[in-house]
Amino acid sequence: MTDLQEFRAAIRAWLEENCPEEMRQPMSEADVCWGGRNWEFHSDAQRIWLERMAARGWTVPTWPKDCGGAGLSGDQDRILKEEMTRISARPPLQSFGIWMLGPALLAFGTEAQKQHYLPQIARGEVRWCQGYSEPGAGSDLASLQTKGVDCGDHFEVSGQKIWTSYADKADWIFCLVRTEPEAPKHKGISFLLFDMTSEGVTTKPIQLISGSSPFCETFFDNVKVPKAQIVGERGTGWTIAKYLLTHEREMIGATDSALFGSDDLVEVAREALGVDEQERLDDPILRGRIADFLIDEIAFDAELARAKSWIRAGQQLGAESATLKYTGTELNKRRQELIMAAGGLAALEWDFANAAGDEKASLWLRSKGNSIEGGTSEVMLSILSKAVLELG
Amino acid sequence: MRLLSEEQTMIRDMAAGFLEEKAPVDALRKQRDNDGGYDRALTGEMAEMGWFGMLLEEEAGGVDMGAEAAGLVAEEMGRRLSASPFLSSGVMSAVTLRATGRTDWAAKVAEGSAVVAMAIDERVKHRPDAIATTAAKSGNGFVLNGAKRFVTDGAGADRVIVTAITEDGLGLFLVDPQLDGAETRDLKTVDSRNAADLRFDNVQLDGAALLALGDAAQEALDGALRVGRSVASAELVGVSKEMADRTSAYLKERKQFGMALSSFQALQHRAADLYTQIQTTDAVVAAALQAIDTGHDDAELLSRVAKAKAGKTASLAVREALQMHGGIGMTDALDIGLFMKKARACAEYLGDGECHGDWLLRQRGL
Repeated sequence: MTDLQEFRAAIRAWLEENCPEEMRQPMSEADVCWGGRNWEFHSDAQRIWLERMAARGWTVPTWPKDCGGAGLSGDQDRILKEEMTRISARPPLQSFGIWMLGPALLAFGTEAQKQHYLPQIARGEVRWCQGYSEPGAGSDLASLQTKGVDCGDHFEVSGQKIWTSYADKADWIFCLVRTEPEAPKHKGISFLLFDMTSEGVTTKPIQLISGSSPFCETFFDNVKVPKAQIVGERGTGWTIAKYLLTHEREMIGATDSALFGSDDLVEVAREALGVDEQERLDDPILRGRIADFLIDEIAFDAELARAKSWIRAGQQLGAESATLKYTGTELNKRRQELIMAAGGLAALEWDFANAAGDEKASLWLRSKGNSIEGGTSEVMLSILSKAVLELG
Repeated sequence: MRLLSEEQTMIRDMAAGFLEEKAPVDALRKQRDNDGGYDRALTGEMAEMGWFGMLLEEEAGGVDMGAEAAGLVAEEMGRRLSASPFLSSGVMSAVTLRATGRTDWAAKVAEGSAVVAMAIDERVKHRPDAIATTAAKSGNGFVLNGAKRFVTDGAGADRVIVTAITEDGLGLFLVDPQLDGAETRDLKTVDSRNAADLRFDNVQLDGAALLALGDAAQEALDGALRVGRSVASAELVGVSKEMADRTSAYLKERKQFGMALSSFQALQHRAADLYTQIQTTDAVVAAALQAIDTGHDDAELLSRVAKAKAGKTASLAVREALQMHGGIGMTDALDIGLFMKKARACAEYLGDGECHGDWLLRQRGL
């Protein structure tokens, strides 16, 4: 057996022994384990699963061991994921700390910051949110106005963020703040970390067209942030933000629709519309649109698989992440439109006040935001036309 | 963006260099204007480089490099509209001859001394399963009756692989188009490539003409179609990339209203959208070719999705190229029209989006 085969066998045996049966069931958004100071586990199984995985460093498998990870190589990480998928094991922990702050700290943080913050993230002890967008700074994110006034040993932060996911549930925030008001707009931003229980922080959930949402408005009123809680140098926050936006794009574009059990278009259509004597969907025009969609979807799956193999080979996706983000989100909007069309009148039954997030109408409406959040489709096309095609 | 091995990069660069010199777009233009067929000498040179044996084993004089390698060559051909019986003879017929153990003719294909075409379509849309041509047993051999349409590289082919219904199901026959009762009508096509309609009127075939019967025939045909679709898709990717590159270059160079066209966001976004479509297509075509080489179960599905997607993307690429070039794009002096004609023909050949979309939905029970 090769090393990797041995590794796979060991993982398979460990998972078999340690993954509770309840954690091997399909999950909805409500079943996600986010962790954090105030987290209440939904079950003993959820708690045990997190503890066991965190103890092995497998909540963040590729992070270094002294940062709470397991130091796995790309191939080992892939094998772990494959083995988890094989038994339908749920991710033990999900968080913006894992997806966003962790990679930023690994790239830009001091040793002390990595040692302090990363293990807490890995163990699910601290839940993070992301303070980027502002009411006046959407696509033009670098024009953000939340200010951090230099008060000697600390900054005093004032302003408003919007679209802060789970701000009302998070323990800490990583936040873009203008600390150098005289500098050009891209050079005046710093990347600050602070506690959401600090005096002067308030949050307010936002209701979307699809129903309730994790998004919040977040207000800062003279919040004191010690200067040690800055990542990178003053005024370099934009560099870190751009790095993280690339990450976010890869994530949004690559979101595995199977994770949250989005209805299968083919199933919906068959059930709702039935088939003719030749076992073909009893709506030839919709059938054609579904065929067109499936061809694009399967092709995109191949593109995603290829991107993953590049990452495993140590390549940076760079501007390619804009391709994935654009293609993946536009595709999901089409998928949801087709599911609604296939569902017909039955898909219209929906109670806004009590809507569950995994209902057809909710998913359809929510998908409209996919090509806005994390950089609009138009911004993606502008990035590609400049960075790849060199048009300008 | 695509990660290629050293060997693959070499294959691609050699193909690009050779085709740039020997079979650029101008060569197709000349061939069209001179009313000529394909260039036999060129086929010989390509064969010398091993291209017609890429999918053949060494005993047949092949180099056995696989579908992915053939795709790299096809993509470079697509970029230059190189006119060659590579796909028909060097890919599809070679795969069929290999699967049916006909080393004698496979060797001729590999060395470029013979061109073997595939006669598989009878209807105006690709339906290799809809066969009215029959081969009835007669003594040691068969009697062939029927007609095949739009046989690519069928004009002047040395042999044609013909699908026919026999009393034992599907039969594949290696037919000499010079035999009594066989009639070849050369066609002029929009893409200025070689094609012919074939008629068989009581053509007497000897036993050696039979390549395979029944399940073996079906398997050989399916294999050839699978590889053919994937390699044709790579050719379409070449067409798409060339059009996108030429269009981006033109946008930077052409000035209107006192500025370069490339400064207009309306055009930037269209060019960028086309780029994303090509990236997706490139990925699924590469996946199909790899699946064939590794014998993966997904090869059939991927080859069909690749063909459907590559046809759609090439169509978008040539339409966008023409529109963004403006009036000059409509002139025959510019090459855009030649690429548009190629994209149309190649998208139709071996099945379009509707053909493969229908297959896909049947697979999924719709």
